[in-house]
Amino acid sequence: MSATTAMEVNVEARRILAVSISKLYASRTQRGGLRLHRSLLLSLVMRSARDIYHSSRESEVLTGAPSEEPMDTSSSQGEQTPQPEPQPEPQPILNSAEVTPEEPENTEDECEGEITEDKENLSPSRQSRKRRGKASAAPDFLPSKRARLEHGEERYAAALGSCRVGAGESLTTLSLNRVIPAF
Amino acid sequence: MAGPGGGSNDVQWCFSQVKGSIDDDVAEADIISTVEFNHSGELLATGDKGGRVVIFQQEPESKNQPQCRGEYNVYSTFQSHEPEFDYLKSLEIEEKINKIRWLPQKNAAQFLLSTNDKTIKLWKISERDKRPEGYNLKEEDGRYRDPNSVTALRVPVFRPMDLMVEASPRRVFANAHTYHINSISVNSDYETYLSADDLRINLWHLEITDRSFNIVDIKPANMEELTEVITAAEFHPNQCNTFVYSSSKGTIRMCDMRASALCDKHAKLFEEPEDPNNRSFFSEIISSISDVKFSHSGRYMMTRDYLSVKIWDLNMETRPVETYQVHEYLRSKLCSLYENDCIFDKFECCWNGNDSVVMTGSYNNFFRMFDRGYRQDVTLEASRENSKPRSVLKPRKVSTGGKRKKDEISVDSLDFNKKILHTAWHPLDNIIAVATTNNLYIFQEKLN
Repeated sequence: MSATTAMEVNVEARRILAVSISKLYASRTQRGGLRLHRSLLLSLVMRSARDIYHSSRESEVLTGAPSEEPMDTSSSQGEQTPQPEPQPEPQPILNSAEVTPEEPENTEDECEGEITEDKENLSPSRQSRKRRGKASAAPDFLPSKRARLEHGEERYAAALGSCRVGAGESLTTLSLNRVIPAF
Repeated sequence: MAGPGGGSNDVQWCFSQVKGSIDDDVAEADIISTVEFNHSGELLATGDKGGRVVIFQQEPESKNQPQCRGEYNVYSTFQSHEPEFDYLKSLEIEEKINKIRWLPQKNAAQFLLSTNDKTIKLWKISERDKRPEGYNLKEEDGRYRDPNSVTALRVPVFRPMDLMVEASPRRVFANAHTYHINSISVNSDYETYLSADDLRINLWHLEITDRSFNIVDIKPANMEELTEVITAAEFHPNQCNTFVYSSSKGTIRMCDMRASALCDKHAKLFEEPEDPNNRSFFSEIISSISDVKFSHSGRYMMTRDYLSVKIWDLNMETRPVETYQVHEYLRSKLCSLYENDCIFDKFECCWNGNDSVVMTGSYNNFFRMFDRGYRQDVTLEASRENSKPRSVLKPRKVSTGGKRKKDEISVDSLDFNKKILHTAWHPLDNIIAVATTNNLYIFQEKLN
């Protein structure tokens, strides 16, 4: 029973994450520019969804163990965020944001989450910022970046370059926190 | 003012007027973005997404119909803001009017402040009902007379003409905001006003456009540490040193400008602890405050978040003194509301003239009134169907349980595209202005 609930929560968290990413993406082309308040709220939802996704995956792995109330995890995570220095923060988010779009592909191919689990267990310091091959394939729930390329996007890509992230990287690999300063 | 009880217990609301096109196809420029009565209630201003301001004036009460308060008719229309382009950031600056605030009247002319995302303008609205006639060198139509035909001199005199209302921009307060302006508020000293964007609040003098003082700055040194933004700000109605600002985290900070030049340290922090039972993905979004308004008395303030209206006593920071649920039935629908973007809607709220009733909007063109004294609330609808002159508005009900009674609407039938974000209450009488997407409804109290 708890495994099913955890899976439902997992699916829900993933869906919300996907919706949030596409909203963030769409807000870039909105008239009037990126709205800071809206971007902040989207990133908070994405963070909650990511945390819940991870905690529900952990409870899936530990079969039989009652899945912890996901809300508590996200609330404690949320409160910690302002305190620690920002540098490590982008890393785990980068990590998880990369993980999420790859999930659907992996489960489709192999019907198990082993490969993505390894990525989760990588310590942040080992996590390479370099884009991996798989990440470049745009996940199916995201709008095609190429189709929307216009002069505003080129400027955005240039800003990414200055943040030491490879140009042309898909939006999902962006740090959530990086989105806001780009405004 | 309201009847002896002062509450919605006594008051029945009637349709009075509706402004705007009947067309269902709404042009984006016509979407109303702000509504504000002036201090006497004689003038009602609206701003729209196209950057226009329309001012309505109340007709004087006619002796023939003492039962009916005067109608509001168009007084002046002008283009306040135009779309602009920020070349440095490659960003378009929307012309949408975010807020209008009236200045108290000091002479024959009326003044108001209107703002878009980046620029605030002071507009003077004045009447002209006389014009000079009898020039020596010009004909009445403006053509110059042949100098040889001028044989005598006369003094031009002022003669009455059809009333003309002119709006002219007297001041432009620009280039002071990096982020999007969400509020302006005139100080009770009637000399200064504040403007607030997502991270900063600036203090201006009405006469000085090339300088403003930054009084609040919550921008973190590292933007990656950003956790909250300013969502609204307002000056206290009679203490010129006091103002409040609300945040996206659901807190309100009251600041005293006498304490220091930079009011980053609040004098009071109003925050209600979150109910852990209500925690969800979207808790942060729905706790974000979309509007804050002081009561006319200055004793209380009201905040609006996504699902509720809270009244705070300025002397008590720990929790609000009253909480009213606007549409609690939406709590279980937050995920869908997130997907269709409705969860980001910024509802405003307002007080009636004697602070006994508060009002705010909802979906399906519903708006809600909460009577603080009688502890009653009512849901009314602004729709063309209820638009017969002086027809009394029937209270509406949303059915939350399984069984839907007759005349009730189920939550799933609500139209989330029909939202009432902006409402205003006449400062002295029971007259309210309610803005649907592109129409302005005016309702009045039923007088017997």
